[in-house]
Amino acid sequence: MEKVLDVKDLHVSFDLHAGEVQAVRGVDFHLEKGETLAIVGESGSGKSVTTKALMRLIPNPPGRIKQGQILFDGRDLAHLSEREMEKIRGKEMSMIFQDPMTSLNPTMKIGKQIMEPLMKHQKLSKQEAHKRAAELLVLVGLQNPEMRMKQFPHQFSGGQRQRIVIAIALACNPKVLIADEPTTALDVTIQAQILELMKELQKKIDTAIIFITHDLGVVANVADRVAVMYGGQIVETGTVDEIFYDPRHPYTWGLLSSMPSPDTDHEAELRAIPGTPPDLINPPKGDAFALRSEYAMAIDFEQEPPLYKVSDTHFVKSWLLHEQAPHVEPPEIVKLQRRSMPGNYEKPVLAGEGVDNG
Amino acid sequence: MDKLLEIKGLKQYFNEGKPNMVKAVDDVSFDIYKGETLGLVGESGCGKSTTGRTMIRLYDATDGQVLFNGENVHGKKSRKELMQFNRKMQMIFQDPYASLNPRMKVADIIAEGIDIHGLAKSKEERMKKVYELLETVGLNQEHASRYPHEFSGGQRQRLGIARALAVEPDFIIADEPISALDVSIQAQVVNLMKKLQKEKGLTYLFIAHDLSMVKYISDRIGVMYFGKLVELAPSDVLYKNPLHPYTKSLLSAIPLPDPDYERSRTRKVYSPDVHGYSADDVVEMREVAPGHYVYCSEKEMKKYQETYETAR
Repeated sequence: MEKVLDVKDLHVSFDLHAGEVQAVRGVDFHLEKGETLAIVGESGSGKSVTTKALMRLIPNPPGRIKQGQILFDGRDLAHLSEREMEKIRGKEMSMIFQDPMTSLNPTMKIGKQIMEPLMKHQKLSKQEAHKRAAELLVLVGLQNPEMRMKQFPHQFSGGQRQRIVIAIALACNPKVLIADEPTTALDVTIQAQILELMKELQKKIDTAIIFITHDLGVVANVADRVAVMYGGQIVETGTVDEIFYDPRHPYTWGLLSSMPSPDTDHEAELRAIPGTPPDLINPPKGDAFALRSEYAMAIDFEQEPPLYKVSDTHFVKSWLLHEQAPHVEPPEIVKLQRRSMPGNYEKPVLAGEGVDNG
Repeated sequence: MDKLLEIKGLKQYFNEGKPNMVKAVDDVSFDIYKGETLGLVGESGCGKSTTGRTMIRLYDATDGQVLFNGENVHGKKSRKELMQFNRKMQMIFQDPYASLNPRMKVADIIAEGIDIHGLAKSKEERMKKVYELLETVGLNQEHASRYPHEFSGGQRQRLGIARALAVEPDFIIADEPISALDVSIQAQVVNLMKKLQKEKGLTYLFIAHDLSMVKYISDRIGVMYFGKLVELAPSDVLYKNPLHPYTKSLLSAIPLPDPDYERSRTRKVYSPDVHGYSADDVVEMREVAPGHYVYCSEKEMKKYQETYETAR
C-alpha cells in the first residue's frame, strides 16, 4: 500500500506559566491511501493536538512542535514555512471540526465560502467556481443548490451545516482529510447520514481519512485501522478487528468495557476507568496508565514499556506482553467478544529499531 | 407499584396563536413509578427536554396536568406550597460548565438549596451537610472551598448531582447529564447515579439521545418524535421488539462497538407516510401488550399484537 502520510516520533509541547505541557510525547503512525484511521482516547489524551500539529494549526506561542517528522508527499511538514503550509492546507489536507457552526463564517453566504478554496487553490474563475460549488452541494446531498448558495449558515440545520463543511473540505479533492469528532454534536440518525456520506465520498475521490472520536460504535463503523491514545502517546494500534476482537492494552480494555453493550445486564455495574488522565506537565514515570490500571506491575512505575508486535499490523505498548509478565484476564465484556486473529504471531515480539510501527 | 408522577395530556406550545407556533410537546401522557428510572429519548427538537422542563414548572404548561403525588404541579400555589414542591423535585443539567455559577464557591453552590429551604440550623450543620454531599458524590471536603473552573467535566457533573441531592428530593430530572462527558467518565457518573438511586430510593427521569446508555440505566423507555410520545415500553422489550417504525429507525441508526455487526447493519429510514392513516382513523396511545404502549391506529394495533403472537 502507498503511504500518504508518515509521522515519526512527534512531540508537541505547550509552554505555559505552570511549565511545559507535553501534550504529545513521541507519536509514530502512518496513513495509507484511501484508508480510514480512527484515533480514540479520552479528552486530554493528545488526539486533537496530534492532528492539529499535522495541519500546523498549533498556535505558537505557546505551542510548538518540539521534535519529530511529518512526512507528506516527500516533504516534512514540521519544518515548512507558513507560506508553503498555506498551499497544502485546504488543498492537499483539510480538516473538519466538531462544531459546524463555529467553523463556518456566520456573515458570509455559504456559496462564497465553498467557492473560496476553489478560487484560491485551484485557480478557478468565479463562474467555474460557482458551477463547481453547486455540484459539491448536490454531492453532499443538499437540494436546490442555486438557492442554497445565497443563504447564510444560520439558515441551515446542524446536519446540513456539517454537510457544507464537508463540501468545503473536499472541494479540492484532498489526499488527507482530518475529521475531529465530526458527528459528536449530531443526533444518531443525522450521524448515520453523515458517516454514510463520508464513506461514499471517500470511495469517489480516494481520500485517506483520520477520524477522531471517542464513540467506539462510530469507530467500529468507519475505521480500517485504529490507534488508541493515552497520555500523549499511542498505546495500541491495529486493524479494527484486532482492536475490538483481540485488544491487548489495559487502557483499550477499559475503554471497551466502560460502554454498555446491548446485552449488559441492567443490574451489573459499568466498569468505569477510575481516576482522571495524567498531568502532562509532569508526565508519570514508566507507563502513563499505570496509576489507573488494576493490571499495573512494579515495573510500570519504573520504566516506560517498549512497543510489542502482536501481528504485522498490531502494536501494543505495555509490559503485559513481556514474556515474563504474569498472565492476566481482561474484563468480561472484552472476553465475550474476543477471538483469535489469523495474522497473530505465536507470541508477541519486540518491535525492533527501524521497524515501521503501525 | 405506586405512581409518583402522572402526566396527563401535557401540552407545551410556544408562540401560541402566532404563525410561528411550535407544538413542542403535544398531548403527552405517561406515568412514572416510585423508584424507577424512566428514559426519554428522541432526536433534538423532539420535545424531550421541554417535557422535562415543563414537568418541573420551568415552563407553564399550555394544557394538561402533571400530578406529583396526586397534586397538580401547575395548579395555583402559594409561595410556601411552591417551596415545598421545589424541594421534592430537582434537575441535573446537560452542560456542567454552564449550570454552575463561576463566581460562587462549591460550598455555596451546593448549600444554596439548604439555605433557601432552611434545612440547616447552624453554620456548622450547613458545612457538615456540604461535606457529606461531596463525599456522597465521590469528591472530598477540600473541594468545598474551590470554584467550578478548578474541576474537570466529570467532577462538575458530580457537583451538579450534589446540589440536586442537597434538598433531599424524591424525584430528579436528569437532562442529558452525560452527553458532554468522555466515555470513561460517563460510566463513572452513571454508576454514581445508580448507586444513589439504590441508597436513597430516588426516582429518575433520564433524558438522553445516547440510546445504549439509556437502555442500561432505565427501567422503561419512552420514545418521542415531533412532540408526541410514540412508544413506551420496558427497556429490554423496546430493544427486542420495537413496534413503532420510528423506534425501529432510531435503533437501527446506533453504531455498536462491534465491527462485524457494523458491516452488516442496515439503517431503516422513517417517514411518517408509512402509516397511511385515513381521516377516520383514531390515532392514539394504545396498550399493545401489558406495559407496552404504541401511538397507533386500531388497525396497526392488531398488526403489532400479531408480532407478539408470533414471538410467543
